[in-house]
Amino acid sequence: MPHKTFALFIMPAVVAMLLFIALPIVSVVVQSLFVEHEQVMVEVENCGPFGCSTQLRVDTEATAEIRDERPLGRFAGITNYINRNHLAFDQVREIWSTSDGLGEIWSRMMNLPFYKALAFTLVYCFLVTPFAMMLGFAIALGVNTLPRLAKGPAIFVSILPMIITPLIGSLILFWMFNPQGILGASLQVITGDPTLSLRASPVLTWIVLIIYGIWTNGPFSFVVFYAGLQTVPGDTLESAMIDGASRWERVRYVIIPHLAPLATFVALVQLMDNFRVFEPIVGFSAEANATSLSWLVYNDLIGQDSQQFGSAAATSVMTILGVVILLIPVLIRTWRDFNRKAV
Amino acid sequence: MKLTLKAALALGATAIAGAASAECGIEAGSVRILSNDFEALRYINDTAMECASDAVTVEANATSEHKNIQGPALSIDPAEYTVAVIANNSIVPLLNDDLIRPLDDLIAEYGDQLLPNQVISTGGEAMAIAFMGNGQHLFYRSDILEEAGVEVPTTYEEMLSAAEAIQEAGLMEHPLAASVKPGWDLAAEFVNLYLGTGGEFFEPGSAALAIDNEDGRLVLETMRAMTEYMDPDYLTFDANVINQLWDAGQVAMMNQWGSLAGAAIGDAADPDVAANTAFATTPSIGGNAIPAAALWWDGFSIAKNISDEDAAASFQAMMHGISPEAVAENPTVATWLVDGYQPGEAAVGVIANANAGARAYPMTPYMGLLHTALSTELADFIAGREDADQALADVKAAYDDAASAAGFLQ
Repeated sequence: MPHKTFALFIMPAVVAMLLFIALPIVSVVVQSLFVEHEQVMVEVENCGPFGCSTQLRVDTEATAEIRDERPLGRFAGITNYINRNHLAFDQVREIWSTSDGLGEIWSRMMNLPFYKALAFTLVYCFLVTPFAMMLGFAIALGVNTLPRLAKGPAIFVSILPMIITPLIGSLILFWMFNPQGILGASLQVITGDPTLSLRASPVLTWIVLIIYGIWTNGPFSFVVFYAGLQTVPGDTLESAMIDGASRWERVRYVIIPHLAPLATFVALVQLMDNFRVFEPIVGFSAEANATSLSWLVYNDLIGQDSQQFGSAAATSVMTILGVVILLIPVLIRTWRDFNRKAV
Repeated sequence: MKLTLKAALALGATAIAGAASAECGIEAGSVRILSNDFEALRYINDTAMECASDAVTVEANATSEHKNIQGPALSIDPAEYTVAVIANNSIVPLLNDDLIRPLDDLIAEYGDQLLPNQVISTGGEAMAIAFMGNGQHLFYRSDILEEAGVEVPTTYEEMLSAAEAIQEAGLMEHPLAASVKPGWDLAAEFVNLYLGTGGEFFEPGSAALAIDNEDGRLVLETMRAMTEYMDPDYLTFDANVINQLWDAGQVAMMNQWGSLAGAAIGDAADPDVAANTAFATTPSIGGNAIPAAALWWDGFSIAKNISDEDAAASFQAMMHGISPEAVAENPTVATWLVDGYQPGEAAVGVIANANAGARAYPMTPYMGLLHTALSTELADFIAGREDADQALADVKAAYDDAASAAGFLQ
């Protein structure tokens, strides 16, 4: 293809990516380096149905003047990144120098919002991704052996968890795990512990969230692997059978190597997806026991009455960096594969 | 203040204004209302919409996302909405960003029906009109308390011993409930109790936080003591969930929103529970005389970035929406602050709190930042994973960072 044709061909995609992906990221990075102007305050008397009191109020005219001069706010450098609500360098240094034992370091680190969120995000990411892929692969193998007529309904049922909106799915499960709900009550009977509640302790909450994650992410792997299974060469499988390979050996030595490139792709997408885990935390009302990086952004922006844009932007930038770091091994692998093929 | 007085002087005219017909007297203009989404507000919106005519359009958007929409929607010129229905806390961002207009002229011209205490003023300028009060107050089960042989608690200490008595008598396993789900609810619970101690949240005349003291510790210890008598799932309890527990007959005492009192004794409620549900003042804390609960008002403001004609039309339409006649037709959905309102059964709690001197939720510009800090940093404490000193230190650290970034603290 001539260079000019190629350039014209991909131009719409490049323009769209610049406009809708690159520019917003730049704007988030810029935003994360600024904090709001100092507010000019005046003392006023506020009166309402329940009486009067003297309180401070923002002098809107004076503040607007400052804002007009420099609309971005005050340049703060990396303050937003290193303050207590984010990387908390000062606090971490102090914890490091004044704690004895890893246990104390861990529990004190878990008191800092960013690290608490990061811990859950990483655990979720690294448990849900492989288990969901295994689940999806197992379902795909199972469905692939079904008779033709049963396949359609089986596929439909298998991808149901993906069809349900995550927030709704987690809400439904949340109510089922209620001690009066079908799952919660059954668990109490099975374990013989009438006070067992899956929502009360951090460990149980994490387990429930991770199981939910596997349940809801499994279908994506299933769809991709099922499609991949259709391309496994029948000849190779047959010759393996003639050589006396068992079903397990055929899966291990023929199917898995054949699907490995697909697995890389699925892992890539799933790692990205799981790193920005958010809906189940809201759906399961799990904020007390589990938070994630995305939840921190949400919490800054939803604010009670005031949004903290700088803080949210800093967390977003670190989420992007986190995704990049996670993907580096997978990207390196893809790059190598690509080069090998090119030779 | 002077215009509050003017409104008071205008009170004499209330009867005359009250007799006005359903026509709102608007010549022309466009009225666009943004409000939260609950029954009382929908009713006001519907009533205001009666003002629509050939020359006047009246639209209303009732949504629970109103707090997130109002800032951007009122920042543009002309503003997307002409009326913002707000409360103690949600008016603050509008004031901070100068998005609402003083109402003194409009009150003088069209506000004859208003009572003086309906006017919300700051620095002598009327910025909003309140029409209903709200707040958390005590819900109790008269039958259970009677069976356990305990009086209706007037202090938190009594509430805890009453809960103990109910548990011991085997009447209920978890007699207490509170909306302590980490997030807005948990922070509101702290604010309620802290207001009850009489303490101030901030150093006078500055944004420096002042809750790391004996009052703060007392509040946290009381909150922790309450959880001993709650269902172990309490970390997931928000106001709606505890109303469901109440309706299921699993709770004997709780502090709950006055705006949900009607539902607890209404037709849709379990008849046995509803018949024994009663309301009272929120208990006091630490030997103080006032109820440990914040008082809230709901009201409306008029956007700044709109034409004077639309502002006048909007004010008149809202005056029709909250007119004494409209309120008289529907007295049970809210604790109205409007003239001539006869409080119903569901309103006794809020009114009792107000009469007992409960304090209002502060309108301070940085209160929202404190609320956010409380909502995340108290989670570990209420879950029983850290002590009160650590929790207060965490709140202060989180608030200080947020308030510095917002330009309130240097």
